[in-house]
Amino acid sequence: MIDKKPTVYEEVLAAGYSRRDFLKFCGTMAAMLGLSASGASQIAKALETKSRIPVLWMHFQECTCCSESFIRSSHPIVADILLDKISLDYTETLMAASGHQAEKSLHDTMEKYHGQYLMMVEGSIPTGDEAYCCIGGRSAYDIVNEVADGAKAIVAWGNCASAGCVQAASPNPTGARPVHKVIKGKPIINVQGCPPIAEVMAGVIVHLLTFDRIPQLDGLGRPMAFYSRRVHDTCYRRPNYDAGLFVESFDDENAKRGYCLYKMGCRGPNTYNSCGVIKWNNGVSYPIQSGHPCIGCSEASFWDNGPFYKHLQSFPGFGIESTADTIGVGLGIATGAGIVAHAISTNIRKRKHTNKGEVKADIENPKI
Amino acid sequence: MAQRIVVDPITRIEGHLRIEAEIKDGVIVDAYSSGTMVRGIELILKGRDPRDAWAFTERVCGVCTTVHALASVRTVENALGITVPPNADVIRNLMFCAQYMQDHVVHFYHLHALDWVDVVSALQADPAATSQLAQSISSWPNSSPGYFSDVQKRIKKFVDSGQLGIFANGYWGHPGYKLPAEANLMAVAHYLEALEWQKEIVKVHTIFGGKNPHPNYLVGGVPCAINIDDSNALNAERLAYVGTLFDQAYDFIEQVYIPDLLAIASFYKSDWGAIGGGLSNYMAYGDLPTNGYADVGSFKFPRGIIMNRNLNEVIPIDGTDPEQIKEQIAHSWYDYSDNDPSGKHPWNGETNLNYTGPRPPYDYLDVDNKYSWLKTPRWNGHPMEVGPLSRMLVGYASGKDEFKEVITYALQKLDVPVTALFSTLGRTAARGLETKLVAGWSREFYQQLLANIKNGDTRTFVADKWKPETWPSEAQGVGMTEAPRGALAHWIKIKDKKIDNYQLVVPSTWNASPRDANGNRSAYEASLIGTPIADPENPLEILRTIHSFDPCLACAVHLYDHKGKYVHQIQTF
Repeated sequence: MIDKKPTVYEEVLAAGYSRRDFLKFCGTMAAMLGLSASGASQIAKALETKSRIPVLWMHFQECTCCSESFIRSSHPIVADILLDKISLDYTETLMAASGHQAEKSLHDTMEKYHGQYLMMVEGSIPTGDEAYCCIGGRSAYDIVNEVADGAKAIVAWGNCASAGCVQAASPNPTGARPVHKVIKGKPIINVQGCPPIAEVMAGVIVHLLTFDRIPQLDGLGRPMAFYSRRVHDTCYRRPNYDAGLFVESFDDENAKRGYCLYKMGCRGPNTYNSCGVIKWNNGVSYPIQSGHPCIGCSEASFWDNGPFYKHLQSFPGFGIESTADTIGVGLGIATGAGIVAHAISTNIRKRKHTNKGEVKADIENPKI
Repeated sequence: MAQRIVVDPITRIEGHLRIEAEIKDGVIVDAYSSGTMVRGIELILKGRDPRDAWAFTERVCGVCTTVHALASVRTVENALGITVPPNADVIRNLMFCAQYMQDHVVHFYHLHALDWVDVVSALQADPAATSQLAQSISSWPNSSPGYFSDVQKRIKKFVDSGQLGIFANGYWGHPGYKLPAEANLMAVAHYLEALEWQKEIVKVHTIFGGKNPHPNYLVGGVPCAINIDDSNALNAERLAYVGTLFDQAYDFIEQVYIPDLLAIASFYKSDWGAIGGGLSNYMAYGDLPTNGYADVGSFKFPRGIIMNRNLNEVIPIDGTDPEQIKEQIAHSWYDYSDNDPSGKHPWNGETNLNYTGPRPPYDYLDVDNKYSWLKTPRWNGHPMEVGPLSRMLVGYASGKDEFKEVITYALQKLDVPVTALFSTLGRTAARGLETKLVAGWSREFYQQLLANIKNGDTRTFVADKWKPETWPSEAQGVGMTEAPRGALAHWIKIKDKKIDNYQLVVPSTWNASPRDANGNRSAYEASLIGTPIADPENPLEILRTIHSFDPCLACAVHLYDHKGKYVHQIQTF
């Protein structure tokens, strides 16, 4: 049945794109996924020979920012083609059908492709009272269990599905839980962020389509390709940090020069995301570049690690880099001290990373 | 015999909304609107730093992202007596304009159009005739026979694959679809173009706010600094980028959205220009200050209320008056400590969750009692419709020339009377017409920003009340804006530098709320009364009217006989 379907490559051609466009897209995706040139040809081969994988995109306690981010995907053919390269058989945000016709779409896929479809989840699941989120008279809890049963893998979009996000912030009045706290025994990929970067969402899907396996994940279930670097370590303003050059107040002279936002509360030093590398909306900017500190939206419980404008030094458990205050005292001395502090902390973090076993061995990544 | 229809979920909206409607002789005679999801964000805000509230409330909605952040920073600024620098107002206006353009275009093409456009019919279109049609209404360059032929081939290939994805099981072929095949093909082509385009205009948010969805805001101004002589701040390159994005958006709206809207409306005006009017009271808080947010008279979108469709009078609104805006919970799953049926002003608002509905799974709600997670807001006890139609009517009734011009233009073009505005189609048309206004205004604001900078004013933030030590021990404030979906306000009470109470009254609460203590319907429920339903199995008409509001919830519809016996359930799961 699946074999009769046109491949992704055929559909790309039918959509009016050239093979060159197609290969360029594969190259871009490979670069984003951190793959070599041979990775690009692997992607091209996979997309040329595969039919579209059915996807069921479920919505629970959410704000739809993940869906909105997804449609922002910018690389040459992502918006027009990748959206269509999966067969998005259910998504309340975009699907034409409503009511029992929508139900039919959902159930057709669940039955016909049992064990083969991908489940994508936007939103958390309330466990305080099932009635805190009902769709079609049924609770989110029931629905997520039913749809997960036949899914070959689950993609948890954004902070809601990965960690509960804003509704799980203290006192979590509805008992909001992420997918991995509700569903067991299925591979779950936590694509973090509030929302995740569009091209990261596209990148995760391409990875699944291409390699038939879930990407290498960190200890929190996030793909290493996009969440293995701290924003701080990939930030273009990092040299200012190292030189002890800080914004002291929004819109001060230092802000106008683009100095480091650490003292304004920046969470870059303990936030793992691709903002500094891929940036947002096709590489236009990212929060720090536009003058606002990172609020750490790809980390679990970031809402309760506030207030946002209180800088990290005053938080217990934050390491050696809290010396930034003293670094700023004298520029000449501070520059050297900053570099030393930076080098030490980077090494410590590197070791911690490995010792904690956050990097899962390849063998642990189940095939999908 | 009356039947009950339940649509659950209504798709192509944000959130979880369910509608139960009673049908008699092919016409809706009663309707119940229910929000079926709650997160309790107001409870989560208690005790937090008021300067952080914008980030929490922004996550109320990712579709109309930014609007809650804007309402929130204004609320805190109002409480603390902060006036932001002119550049901050202008940059906030520019972000507001970008949001409207993106949101309204996505609503029209991706959430609403499929109620009027039959995708399958586009396969029958003649590409040459489609090209002629497109060129007769617009100078948009993508209009050759070859272009439409390619789009048609792409759709055919897609349909032939057997995997219809998001287009599967639509109401294709429903007798309610009236567009000729060529108009359908043109609309489908523009559906795809709009999907590509919408990711561009949001880059305005990325430049000023670092990302989209959910760009960053700041109490006291905006976070981006201006320095035309540095590469790390807003400089000529960044500003030129913004200007280009607005120019491109202006072209798309003038040459694609507006011509498509009027073309499609011309095929539906005779019936849908008279269906779905609903309430006769319209409210707008107004926005887009041209002389600072404190000067309400300078707003591009004026503030006010129209009662009983009387376009000769605009009544003022006061968000601080404890008697004017109140939220009731007669039919909402909440408790109030004093059980006052007249409701509570948001400064004294309470959010005590208390679900008393049927246990899931359920077939239908107990509509005689409590049946929604939405509270029921009222202005002086009256229900109000909010949204683009309200904004356009308040602008028109306020005597603003720009509003009169654009409304007159559309009425003449469609050859319909002014009363056609009070309808499902009027609501959809008003959304397009205000987008046209906003596209023009965005260029004015952009020039204003450039002029300010040229004159040496680069301030984007005022620091004197930033530190909590400078705040009074107690303060309260209200911040108002116009979300794309309508009047939005936040109310805050600050005590000992922390949030003591925070309440949001959002547009969809006004429109989608259950009836009030006196049994009066809110906008969604009222608008469905009298709507003909050709085929209860395929209630396309309900979607048309509900989508005309651009709901920010997720919905549901079921079928019962007059005794409440379950007949048929239209649902997703």
